[in-house]
Amino acid sequence: MNDTAVTTTPDGRTIGGVLMEMKHITLRFGGVEAIKDISFDIREGEIRAIIGPNGAGKSSMLNIISGFYVPQEGEVWFRGVKRPPMKPFQVAKLGIARTFQNIALFDGMSVLDNVMTGRLTHMSSGLFGQALWWGHAQAEEVENRAKVERIIDFLEIQNIRKTPVARLPYGLKKRVELARALAAEPSLLLLDEPMAGMNVEEKEDMSRFILDVNDEFGTTIALIEHDMGVVMDISDRVVVMDYGKKIGDGTPDEVRANQDVIDAYLGVAHD
Amino acid sequence: MLYREAGDFKTTYVEDGQTFPLKLDRIGYWALLVVAFGVVPFIVNDYWANAALVPFLIYAIAALGLNILTGYCGQVSLGTGGFMAVGAYASYKLLTAMPWLPLPIAVILAGLVTAAVGVLFGLPSLRIKGFYLAVATLAAQFFLVWLFNKMPWFYNYSASGQITVPERSVFGIIVSGPLTSAPAKYLTCLSFLLVLGWLARNLTRGASGRKWMAIRDMDIAAEIIGVNPLAAKLTAFAVSSFFVGVAGALFFSVYLGAVEVGEAFGINKSFLVLFMIIIGGLGSIFGSLAGAAFMVLLPVFLKNVLVLHLGWPTDVATHLEVMIVGAMIIMFLILEPHGIAALWRVTKEKLRLWPFPH
Repeated sequence: MNDTAVTTTPDGRTIGGVLMEMKHITLRFGGVEAIKDISFDIREGEIRAIIGPNGAGKSSMLNIISGFYVPQEGEVWFRGVKRPPMKPFQVAKLGIARTFQNIALFDGMSVLDNVMTGRLTHMSSGLFGQALWWGHAQAEEVENRAKVERIIDFLEIQNIRKTPVARLPYGLKKRVELARALAAEPSLLLLDEPMAGMNVEEKEDMSRFILDVNDEFGTTIALIEHDMGVVMDISDRVVVMDYGKKIGDGTPDEVRANQDVIDAYLGVAHD
Repeated sequence: MLYREAGDFKTTYVEDGQTFPLKLDRIGYWALLVVAFGVVPFIVNDYWANAALVPFLIYAIAALGLNILTGYCGQVSLGTGGFMAVGAYASYKLLTAMPWLPLPIAVILAGLVTAAVGVLFGLPSLRIKGFYLAVATLAAQFFLVWLFNKMPWFYNYSASGQITVPERSVFGIIVSGPLTSAPAKYLTCLSFLLVLGWLARNLTRGASGRKWMAIRDMDIAAEIIGVNPLAAKLTAFAVSSFFVGVAGALFFSVYLGAVEVGEAFGINKSFLVLFMIIIGGLGSIFGSLAGAAFMVLLPVFLKNVLVLHLGWPTDVATHLEVMIVGAMIIMFLILEPHGIAALWRVTKEKLRLWPFPH
């Protein structure tokens, strides 16, 4: 496959050039090698899944992308430029948003305020303007509120917008977290186990939202998920990791046929 | 007219985001302002101004400041007394060095000086959290009090080590010094509280407030959505110290007139303001005011009831007062950790449904 070619998926979406590329990433914690020499790319507009058994290093990989960990070796390229080591808040300003495996919402705030925090990278008014609630600061607040309301409509959480998030059930919290990440209008959205702990119905809803986000906003999505059925259904390409190594990479069908992947998931007889 | 939002339609996001969404609340707020500015100044006497109203207004400003730092941004501070001292001494130095400087300007400048000092002592907050940060701010408290005691330059080499405010007038009315009338003191402090309370409300409902609350609730998630933790914490320290500095400057120049730093701005002051925001409600503007009112008015109330009406000896009443305040703090912490503000919120929620229980 040519790296820069624009391709069209069977369902008619356009997948562009390489948005982010991980080159020979190695991450160590002391003597433990969590990730060993892994390279893969994420192309514009695709849904890219990272799968693998527990402890394979999937979350560490997302943490590298979002700036929590700095790999000992390897390079992270974003939009054709090598990214210097960055703090997470700087990564956010590049247009990379994420959700967490354990919900990381702001419990003391309402749903609306939580989603509004997603707009912070787009807000520029100074402390004095905000204190006086004048001109630019107020106009900016209203303008961003309008954008947030669109996300709230899109994810169907209008009726809970003024509820404190601490009062919400688990499935809705996950949705609010997705709303917060979406409010940033990211070019790359990282989802760490968006369906963990959900029942079938909630999983279906969430899958639908992920597909809709990708389709309507054209957002590139990289996700980690354990539910194989979901992963194979919604993703365009899949990276398979095991013990910190990459053992497979390709379309769901290719990965499904890969003997190393089958061995990693089903186990292999040792004699 | 019932207490509910039915029929009060909001058609813009500005209306939807206003401070008092219910009409009855808005009416109450404006009525309160009219009484506070139009009625109280004409009936207030020296006793009520000095024992209750002026200290309440000043402590409310200090509590707002600490609440921004501790309640909204989650950074515990035990240095409030020290920062109030910075405000007091800064206003003293400014007023004595520049005899033409109007008092309100001096108070605001003193707040800005305190903000700078607050940022300096806020720097460790990037690395340390919770109890450890509290201890670091405790060090600030003791260091600042020591500094103002030890360096004669700060008290202009006066023999007593005290600082005494020079007389100043605003619009021909004396607002500082021993000749200040009770209404002048009251109105000066009330104006400052009104403006600062409005600023605090604007900051906490906008982008800054969300940054602070994000840091308070989950700093990792705050960082991932693009909040620079150091910048957010330092702005919280700066704004908070500004408020506390203004409170300190007013406490010295308008309320007491002359202070000795260890006595007026000791560690007790830090705890008093901390108790105010805990009892009033962390992360609430109303809570700051309610907590300040509670802590200032309770001793006055007890004194009036026990000594003047029941005729108890003063020392017994004083001891009892300490015990009652202590017991009430413990009671609040156990029964309603979110303070008077939470009680008020629950009451309002019930009122909105009245006469139905759900």
